Amino acid sequence: MLAKEIERAGITTVFVSSLPTIATMIGVNRTLRGPAITHPFGLDEPERRRIVERALEMLEADVAPTTVWEVAA
Amino acid sequence: MVKAVHYLNQFFAGLGGEEQADTPPMRLDGAVGPGRGLAAALEDAEIVATVACGDDYFAEHEEEATAALLELVRAEAPDVLVAGPAFGSGRYGYASARVARAAAEAGIPAVAAMHEENPGVAAVGRAVVVPTGPNVAGMRDALPRLAALAGRLAHGERLGPAEEDGYLPRGLRRNRQYDRTGAERAVDLLLAKLGGDTRTEVGGAHDTVPSPPPIPDLSHALLALVTEAGCVPQGNPDRLASVRAHAWLRYSLAGEERLEPGRYESVHGGFDVTLANEDPNRLVPLDTVRELVGEGRIGELYDCFYTTTGNGTPVATATTFGQEIAAELRDAGVQAVLLSGT
Repeated sequence: MLAKEIERAGITTVFVSSLPTIATMIGVNRTLRGPAITHPFGLDEPERRRIVERALEMLEADVAPTTVWEVAA
Repeated sequence: MVKAVHYLNQFFAGLGGEEQADTPPMRLDGAVGPGRGLAAALEDAEIVATVACGDDYFAEHEEEATAALLELVRAEAPDVLVAGPAFGSGRYGYASARVARAAAEAGIPAVAAMHEENPGVAAVGRAVVVPTGPNVAGMRDALPRLAALAGRLAHGERLGPAEEDGYLPRGLRRNRQYDRTGAERAVDLLLAKLGGDTRTEVGGAHDTVPSPPPIPDLSHALLALVTEAGCVPQGNPDRLASVRAHAWLRYSLAGEERLEPGRYESVHGGFDVTLANEDPNRLVPLDTVRELVGEGRIGELYDCFYTTTGNGTPVATATTFGQEIAAELRDAGVQAVLLSGT
């Protein structure tokens, strides 16, 4: 719900979550599937870098409503 | 005697707490945990097996876990599948709903129990949801109602309207023969509406928010970090709640290159925080974002992060938190947000 309200304010937001189906159900527009519930931004720095870079690409992308991206392109 | 199979998460199946949340699907003989109370309340029906799965495992392997659990359920050839009660637990409720839905689609009558705001409610398809309280204190009240509906479904009974039979509306319509004409009933309905006395199962769906535009040039954008993962300074100085948070918090990132373990921690009560506390950047990726700012990929990082605990928070409360945080971010000129949820 946080993601949705921040989007409503017109701020482009990527929600990184391991439960993208729930996010899309409530209408979050940009969701990136994180690797796990306990560590959405990865275990180590190389993995985190891949996730954050993918999230940045999603911020730059013109996406359809309730889009979900995977980290591996 | 008809046969029931019961779905539980790792906790209620007695396998362990959050540290066992990665347990794959498994089968246990007979009734386990709350299944014993359910079995006692079931008339003329027996719980022949319990199937269980860790909440994290299910969330992270949704399709495989659903298929494996459905196989375990089908092997028992039950007359009904019962899932939960999951109360307000999002992961458990969602898993319960998916298992119930899969069973219902495979022709096995299915009923799940959870709080009406559980995200699982929207994922249950044509299975039945019995509403419960928001937490385990509602167990005693929920089990007899769950057992009553499970028993009826197991015996092939057709349920009446949701409101009368004690389950959540599914938005299904059923034709009925009335002894009064449409014109008469339309006038009755109009009069009732004028008198403020009408009921409906229609509506209540989530609204939609248009997708905000892409950021044209991130190297000149102000980006903020937000999390629902309960990440706070060590010792939780402002007492953020681990469940049903009553507040969101803002903490300065000035001078911080990364979220140092021992200086930050997670107080989230809905997942095992061991890995997060070993390295809080796994929840709020400050280290990587600082690097990317240094490299010019991101223009600037907003010098505070926002945090709350997304665990059993009522939708209305979470919406208010989101609006308040959004207002601050907008006033600060933030254009982009990375938000982590667990």
